[in-house]
Amino acid sequence: MQFMLLFSRQGKLRLQKWYVPLSDTQKKKISREVIQMVLARKPKMCSFLEWRDMKIVYKRYASLYFCCAVEDQENELITLEIIHRYVELLDKYFGSVCELDIIFNFEKAYYILDEFILGGEAQETSKKNVLKAIEQADMLQEEAEAPRSVLEEIGLT
Amino acid sequence: MPAPIRLRELIRTIRTARTQAEEREMIQKECAAIRSSFREEDNTYRCRNVAKLLYMHMLGYPAHFGQLECLKLIASQKFTDKRIGYLGAMLLLDERQDVHLLMTNCIKNDLNHSTQYVQGLSLCTLGCMGSSEMCRDLAGEVEKLLKTSNSYLRKKAALCAVHVIRKVPELMEMFLPATKNLLSEKNHGVLHTSVVLLTEMCERSPDMLSHFRKLVPQLVRILKNLIMSGYSPEHDVSGISDPFLQVRILRLLRILGKGDDDSSEAMNDILAQVATNTETSKNVGNAILYETVLTIMDIKSESGLRVLAINILGRFLLNNDKNIRYVALTSLLKTVQTDHNAVQRHRSTIVDCLKDLDVSIKRRAMELSFALVNGNNIRGMMKELLYFLDSCDPDFKADCASGIFLAAEKYAPSKRWHIDTVMRVLTTAGSYVRDDSVPNLIQLITNSVEMHAYTVQRLYKALLDDISQQPLVQVASWCIGEYGDLLVSGQLHCIILHT
Repeated sequence: MQFMLLFSRQGKLRLQKWYVPLSDTQKKKISREVIQMVLARKPKMCSFLEWRDMKIVYKRYASLYFCCAVEDQENELITLEIIHRYVELLDKYFGSVCELDIIFNFEKAYYILDEFILGGEAQETSKKNVLKAIEQADMLQEEAEAPRSVLEEIGLT
Repeated sequence: MPAPIRLRELIRTIRTARTQAEEREMIQKECAAIRSSFREEDNTYRCRNVAKLLYMHMLGYPAHFGQLECLKLIASQKFTDKRIGYLGAMLLLDERQDVHLLMTNCIKNDLNHSTQYVQGLSLCTLGCMGSSEMCRDLAGEVEKLLKTSNSYLRKKAALCAVHVIRKVPELMEMFLPATKNLLSEKNHGVLHTSVVLLTEMCERSPDMLSHFRKLVPQLVRILKNLIMSGYSPEHDVSGISDPFLQVRILRLLRILGKGDDDSSEAMNDILAQVATNTETSKNVGNAILYETVLTIMDIKSESGLRVLAINILGRFLLNNDKNIRYVALTSLLKTVQTDHNAVQRHRSTIVDCLKDLDVSIKRRAMELSFALVNGNNIRGMMKELLYFLDSCDPDFKADCASGIFLAAEKYAPSKRWHIDTVMRVLTTAGSYVRDDSVPNLIQLITNSVEMHAYTVQRLYKALLDDISQQPLVQVASWCIGEYGDLLVSGQLHCIILHT
């Protein structure tokens, strides 16, 4: 995978994950182009687009478009499953996820993505394991933010 | 100094802006506050400020002044800081700027951290955006982690190694020893990422490819277990066990079996098994079938297996799901040269796809149709293709016209048919034909001596109907100039007969 974009029906970017090195200007240009192309697609069209030397695989879930750019030799159908898995993870984590969850908790959406995909490839195929890792990392974060005195009080320094 | 506002509060505030100008004003105000907070070297709120910066960056506003702050967060001991710091690094830092190298030492330390989630953060960042220099410096640490028994880290190290190899191919050798027992793992995450790593190595080096061929039996066994094993809730997707791993293994088998008789034979049975037993009611099953077909077509498979594969594609063409139809057409296009006769059997279904609503499917169907035209089916095919030319999008017309000219040239059953076909193209899509078709046409007409009278009369009639299409006008003018005598000399009544 070269990049993944999440955007609304009005073309507002909600998440952008890039797995190839590009300047901010280039990223902006590419995002604009891809978003425009995908938003112009009609419902009866298939989920795949050829663009430059890549394939764009996209799927709409409620008000959000999930869009991946993959290399030419990638299996488009399994990419759809990757997208679906990410949506399932978000859904489980947030409990019936909606666009607002992703807007207000965008950093968590990234954390979840980064536990599922690394360097553009899936690192974990078990839903349970991804969610468990996030849960434990979240707990670590809570412990890190706990006031010092409380920890000292119960003798944990 | 009041505490900087919280991230969610900022998001809420910005969303109340009614105009772009109002939003920009809010952003500028907050950026100024964040800037002075950074200047004060405030450790407590750095994390909150960087998080806000990342939000504003996503909206499209510049955030480069936060880059160094991300580095400070990464260097912090607090997990929360590191989490945001690494995220910020991945979003704001760029391998083309030297500042990213300052991360290297922090990442090195974190790769050896006592908490696996910190190690995970650094592995993820390195595997996502590590530059060549960083990869060179840290490859050794990654290699160490590739040998750990901690599967959480091992799977990440494998993908990190993939990234290192992509950035610095010369380092591939150093990961070879660590790959020794990767496939013995039970953990699916490690298995999946290991297969990705092995695939990367085999694709890059013929030596590695030969070396890893011996893994074919093991891969076949793993795949067999996935198919035969009962329901596994952890990896199940619509009744299929770990489709992601299955697809990856099939892809690696493809690479290992290509051009190698023994390997191809060793995987023959499992491919047949997957091809016949995979559930096709959902996308996930079809994704596996698709990969299987690609593998069968690429390796040295038995002819029976190849026919099975093409037939799967034929069934795909009839699937209600347009995505499935699309991949079928793409795959058939790839195999039409090597398995021409098998693909011919599905010609009518392919031609039906010319009428599909989806642009990508139509294009594929057109390309495939041209590939299937031969001396036997030229008349029928040309009817369909001319009809398609009539009704298709302007984007297609040039390619379609060129394709028709080429096919007509190769397989025209008669000179008259050829000229009729060419005329049909000129009259229906005349303004889209390529420039070089005009001289080619003129050449064709010149060489068809017995057709001169017929041709010039038809062209004249066409001009009477419509003089707006330039290529038609060019050819017609030339023709009338050359053979005007045939037009004038008492043959005018033929024009009426031929309409």
